[in-house]
Amino acid sequence: MTDLPLIRHHIPDTVLAAYAAGSLDEAFALVVACHLSLCDTCRATVAAVEATGGALLEDTTPAPLPPGALDAMLARLRAEPDDAVDDMLEDPALAAKPAPIALPASPTDTAFPAPLGAYAAASAETVRWRSVGGGVRQAVLPCAGRAKARLLYIPAGTEMPDHSHRGMEMTMVLQGAFSDEVDRFTFGDVEMGDEDLHHTPVAEAGRDCICLAATDAPLRFRGWLPRLAQPFIGI
Amino acid sequence: MDAYARALRRVALHRDEAAFAELFQYFAPRIRAWLIKTGCAAAQADEVMQDAMTLVWRKARLYDPARAGAATWIFTIVRNRHIDLIRKQRRPEPEDLPWAASESPDPEATVAVTQDSAALRAAIARLPQRQRDVIARAYFADLSHSEIAEVMNLPLGTIKSRIRLGLERLRHELSARQ
Ligand SMILES: [Zn+2]
Ligand SMILES: [Zn+2]
Repeated sequence: MTDLPLIRHHIPDTVLAAYAAGSLDEAFALVVACHLSLCDTCRATVAAVEATGGALLEDTTPAPLPPGALDAMLARLRAEPDDAVDDMLEDPALAAKPAPIALPASPTDTAFPAPLGAYAAASAETVRWRSVGGGVRQAVLPCAGRAKARLLYIPAGTEMPDHSHRGMEMTMVLQGAFSDEVDRFTFGDVEMGDEDLHHTPVAEAGRDCICLAATDAPLRFRGWLPRLAQPFIGI
Repeated sequence: MDAYARALRRVALHRDEAAFAELFQYFAPRIRAWLIKTGCAAAQADEVMQDAMTLVWRKARLYDPARAGAATWIFTIVRNRHIDLIRKQRRPEPEDLPWAASESPDPEATVAVTQDSAALRAAIARLPQRQRDVIARAYFADLSHSEIAEVMNLPLGTIKSRIRLGLERLRHELSARQ
């Protein structure tokens, strides 16, 4: 495994806390899991919130169980096949987790962070891209909940339509880089958007840019052309 | 290593039913109470609790006492079952199994984790009841971004500073002993 990338744009504590507490919609949780796969700093915050969960659980006033609850539990366990390895493979949460993959080692390597593997997107080559015009391609990822997650493929040098947001937007760079009114974002960086952000992201020249983006409300476009296309591409 | 971490190891290594009973009698009524407090109906709370305790039995081998206290590990299992059964969503986990157990847990790290958990618990116990309730409410809840920010901002600041304080005190105690 190559070294972790130098990340300058992290995920806000409140979003990490929601992920650790289990209250974040799947689409946003996917962006968080991808970023955590590359970032030890944010992992520490998640661990702190999980430890707090453990402490709160211990300090909860117990709700008594009906008599016989333990015996019923033990009977259930005895009926289980006792092979932890098989069980791990059967458990969807673990089975969905692909083996660790190497981070992109060269500029032509397009392996994605492992959590994307469970969403049928292990690398740029395995994604089923759909054109949305202007050379830009997207792939909507299947996520439950209100928020939507998609991969965006933006050719080097391409300008995305300028837009503002009705809710929260998280954009993580998986390949290449983009810049907007806020800053420059490279591999592993996450840009947060909300009602106050109006921006025009531009993919940097040189290498095509691939981003993972999650939104919980449709974007608000300024130009008439993207507004016209919006119902068809579903952004 | 605390008593429950030791019990988890016994379940992992010997499929020890007495050790599991110890874990069940301590954690099951707390898991049930927590789930009800965060909005589950009693029947749902029982289902999530029973599933979580089954996973504790099955996955005990993945528990690494050098990485987290027993309660923290069990909390993550309850959380993931809640997301699965109640929220009906998948739980994307970061690369590199967060709880991948080493064959022989690092004793020094294990001591640090145990002391850390105790310090954190003490710090949380000292918070006013109202503030503790605010923190607990943010767990498992279906909140919007602004609601999360509202609920978590203050508590997270508290949590992080408490953890930092706890770690500093530990470091101080360790250097004083040398
Ligand atoms: Zn980070
Ligand atoms: Zn945007």
